[in-house]
Amino acid sequence: MKIMVAVKRVVDYAVKIRVKPDKSGVETQNVKMSMNPFCEIALEEALRIKEAGLAKEVVAVSMGLANCVDTLRTSLAMGADRGIHVEAARELIPLTVAKILKKLVEVENPGLLILGKQAIDDDCNQTGQMIAGLLGWPQGTFASKVVLDKEKQVVTVDREVDGGLETLCLDLPAVITTDLRLNQPRYATLPNIMKAKSKPIKKYTPEELNVEIKSDLEVVQVTEPPKRKAGVILSSVDELIDKLRNEAHVI
Amino acid sequence: MASRLLLKTLSKRHRISSTPFPFLSKSSGSRSASTLVLAEHEGGSIKAQSLSAVVAASSIGENNSVSMLLAGSGSSLLKAAESAATCHPSLSQVLVADSDKFEYPLAEPWSKLVQLVQQQGGYSHVIATSGSFGKNILPRAAALLDISPVTDVVEIIGSHQFVRPIYAGNALCTVRYTGASPCMLTVRSTSFPVPPVSGDLKSDRAPISQVDLSTLDEDSIGKSRYIKLLSEDTERPDLGSAHIVVTGGRALKSAENFKLIEKLAEKLGAAVGATRAAVDAGFVPNELQVGQTGKIVAPELYLAFGVSGAIQHLAGMKDSKVIVAVNKDADAPIFQVADYGLVGDLFEVIPDLLEKLPEKKMST
Repeated sequence: MKIMVAVKRVVDYAVKIRVKPDKSGVETQNVKMSMNPFCEIALEEALRIKEAGLAKEVVAVSMGLANCVDTLRTSLAMGADRGIHVEAARELIPLTVAKILKKLVEVENPGLLILGKQAIDDDCNQTGQMIAGLLGWPQGTFASKVVLDKEKQVVTVDREVDGGLETLCLDLPAVITTDLRLNQPRYATLPNIMKAKSKPIKKYTPEELNVEIKSDLEVVQVTEPPKRKAGVILSSVDELIDKLRNEAHVI
Repeated sequence: MASRLLLKTLSKRHRISSTPFPFLSKSSGSRSASTLVLAEHEGGSIKAQSLSAVVAASSIGENNSVSMLLAGSGSSLLKAAESAATCHPSLSQVLVADSDKFEYPLAEPWSKLVQLVQQQGGYSHVIATSGSFGKNILPRAAALLDISPVTDVVEIIGSHQFVRPIYAGNALCTVRYTGASPCMLTVRSTSFPVPPVSGDLKSDRAPISQVDLSTLDEDSIGKSRYIKLLSEDTERPDLGSAHIVVTGGRALKSAENFKLIEKLAEKLGAAVGATRAAVDAGFVPNELQVGQTGKIVAPELYLAFGVSGAIQHLAGMKDSKVIVAVNKDADAPIFQVADYGLVGDLFEVIPDLLEKLPEKKMST
């Protein structure tokens, strides 16, 4: 079986972002970029399944600007066997990403598709569900545990839902999106980073895959959220209780 | 203005006499809309979070007729439908999909159901609350309808213009939906609070009708099976809708110590929250995590003990009305958003608070 993992290049999670003065978006020039943390977890899970002998190959896919190749190289250094880069001139919305992924699935025929549950830049939490819908595959979103049964061709997924943990059993092929607690992603070692340079990355354009890039969403503006007014540092519990009772009126 | 609205009301009520006219909202939109709300039910009643999707729907525009879609099977579904029929004044119809296929809220049958009901009803908007239910189902249904949904809407500006947070709430993005109908949204429940006196708001009962499932496309249904749900039973108020939330971070050091937080929460009639560090360390179960990837809360009072205030945690609580932070480290970022800060050891502060706080009558 082949596992396909979608990875996204985003502004590093620890960066304090800045909104552009013209309100057109968030500053991404000269900002540290990394692989989306949920995508790292998705890749780690695919690698663990392969290492357990349940999959033969892990293919990492990324789409967007030319520099997405850096993110794919990171995936290869972590252990993915090869990469696919769909080069597009601008940021793609989840529906387009899902359509491109569907075409790639038709080419590559993976038995399992693993994605992060959300990208930490657009915070959409949509792509995995959309690709599952387009393919007619079952979905196991917000996964915190994945157990693959190769013989029965099913995968059991523990999902982090509002009220606790839900367990589902999905027929393969399936789509899984990862939550933070699924695993602890590995670091790429230097020898593996060197090795990754010789691993293949195949290039496509959306046109080659017959996917039209259009968007039914238009960004009107991006603004900073309202600032909270400065607070005060108190000196004792008594003062705190007094403030909460007589100033804030919340207790 | 008022008389014009009244006239409209009367004329519409006259035209479609079987449908009680939806309550007129205060909103800006003027085009008439018809909204489908995807709702969750449990034990014969509508989940509180689903009601915020109805509140959001009622702010989309005047003349918005709001239908609620419920799915499930048997008597608990019927009971839920009865309670839905009077749950909100803007609701004009309750649609019920009764089938074993909907016994559990699985995305595969639900998304096909939404597609079917949309084809039957031609709605202008489809809305769910952005909990794990809405986030799981709505994007899949949207893909089937070839539509880009808008996640986690915090403000509805017009019938097709919305505000949503991006980058863990560090920027607000205003988007306009320009595609075909329906416009699909998940809304953040804390931004569309349900008025507390929602008991007998609605005097007239919205009609309940069954969805004709004879043409339900069953491809992909049955490819997923529900096994079980593990949930922590707790007497405390629900984290998402509590008036007071008490949160503990890594500094609690152990699950045993975390009981201090629980004790304080009990005293305040509050819900308990946690940071990712506290959950990962196993102090509390994951459904208590507050943050970008956990629950988003906006209570009246948020008390953070031993929480540093990472970007990802702030994303989940910085819309709280009053924030109190107790931390040993005076430079902790949490103090930048706190209204009241106390630099000190939480192992001294909490017992002190427990002793000095008055007994609280439970307000929930």
